[in-house]
Amino acid sequence: MYENRLAVVERFFYALMNKLILVTKNIIMDKTYYDPKDLRKFGKITEWSEELGTKFFDYYGQVFEEGELTAREKSLIALAVSHAVHCPYCIDAYTGDALKRGITKGEMMEAVHVAGAIQAGATLVHGVQMMNKVNKLEM
Amino acid sequence: MAVNTKTSLKKRDSDLANINKQMAILNGEPFSNGELPSFAKKIKDTTDQFPLRPKKLEIIQVNVGYMCNQVCAHCHVDAGPDRKEIMTRETMDKIVNVIKTTGAHTLDLTGGAPEMNPDFRYFVEQASAAGIKDFIVRSNLTIIRANPKYHDLPDFFKKHNIHVVSSMPHWTRGKTDTQRGDGVFDKSIKALQELNERGYGMPGSDLRLDLVYNPSGAYLPGDQASMEKDMKAALLEDFNIQFHNLFAITNLPIARFLDYLVASENYEDYMYALVDAYNPAAVENVMCTNTISISWDGWLYDCDFNQMLDLKIDNKIQHIDDYNEDLINNRKIQISQHCYGCTAGAGSSCQGVVA
Ligand code: SF4
Ligand code: SF4
Repeated sequence: MYENRLAVVERFFYALMNKLILVTKNIIMDKTYYDPKDLRKFGKITEWSEELGTKFFDYYGQVFEEGELTAREKSLIALAVSHAVHCPYCIDAYTGDALKRGITKGEMMEAVHVAGAIQAGATLVHGVQMMNKVNKLEM
Repeated sequence: MAVNTKTSLKKRDSDLANINKQMAILNGEPFSNGELPSFAKKIKDTTDQFPLRPKKLEIIQVNVGYMCNQVCAHCHVDAGPDRKEIMTRETMDKIVNVIKTTGAHTLDLTGGAPEMNPDFRYFVEQASAAGIKDFIVRSNLTIIRANPKYHDLPDFFKKHNIHVVSSMPHWTRGKTDTQRGDGVFDKSIKALQELNERGYGMPGSDLRLDLVYNPSGAYLPGDQASMEKDMKAALLEDFNIQFHNLFAITNLPIARFLDYLVASENYEDYMYALVDAYNPAAVENVMCTNTISISWDGWLYDCDFNQMLDLKIDNKIQHIDDYNEDLINNRKIQISQHCYGCTAGAGSSCQGVVA
């Protein structure tokens, strides 16, 4: 009898804990702009503007087809650009795509460094503008 | 996530060693709440193949036991050194009798590591004498190097004109070893070189050597033709190894791969990826439409995957004891959500893509 009651109490606390975890999860979700699950809904953008959405997806599909660049090369470019434009959906998508194509971790990281180097260079090359301005202003 | 599985689910006494638990996951969310359509609904809505039925029987696939020298993280058999399910000579003899009269052209031995069955050589000798056009043994390669008693396997295969199909997940050391266990890569390379020395896999050679690629993680395989091209170039350049064809096989959410998907919180995304990649054109050639799978204890299944989920064929005849090809070919195939693994992209079967 006593053991039974203990089991009931145990179950109650267990249920309460689960509920709490769920509520906390929901609060966190509600306050986050990015939800990884939204990537799956990408196709739904056509629902509010069929013509433009369809045109975009047709174009997108064609861009990634094997062409003068291989699909593999395009995948690596897309991975690097995803980082440069800070798009978490794109990073998820093209990391998966790279693995699928047998692209190695080393190749993936090198592509990200290309994006990083261009971004750093883009910042630093503006240093010339700063230098020009200083040289103009100073006597 | 790197998963180093050291033991089978069964040995770990894991929840998923229970097949009902696996089925509950496959029938649960995101299918039970309607977020994704069940496989049955999907093929009903998109093809004229429902209910799925076999066509002409072409392949008899025999699982001679779940014992294996490896414990690969992605294994749908939950195979390992601790598994004791092993086919007896008595069952083998019954299968040999079936081979004498079957209309199928291919016999496909799988496991576990089929070579670990103590009567493996007996079975190969009897079955090849019974006459079958294409006799496949699915060899994990490392078994050839595992113990001196297996060192002569390449010669044994050659003697019986066995078509060797072997797994080689990726040609960079790191990837193979995370999926299959430490040291697998070097042993596999050595075994492939030995097979090549016997003439296996060489251009124009009748001794067929095909490789199987499974992704080492929660993603689908890439395009089979371009992976074959990449793998051929890399193995030739790095190790002077040649092979005939590459089969890119999708991992199905069963046993250890399912356990991995759930533990790494990839299950839902993986099922979405499979459903997203669903290709109606692949349905009519899924493996179960031309294959029958026989378990170590003689039960009949639509495929090796259904065998692991213990979904026996939906027929009055369910065991090798009562085998009757005409009767069993008239059946509905048992399907569930794991079947999406066979219809993703270009489709997937033990012989690679199907569409
Ligand atoms: S995948 Fe093959 S080699 Fe690996 S444990 Fe399973 S049966 Fe053995
Ligand atoms: S898992 Fe088996 S039954 Fe399902 S589609 Fe694939 S081969 Fe057929």
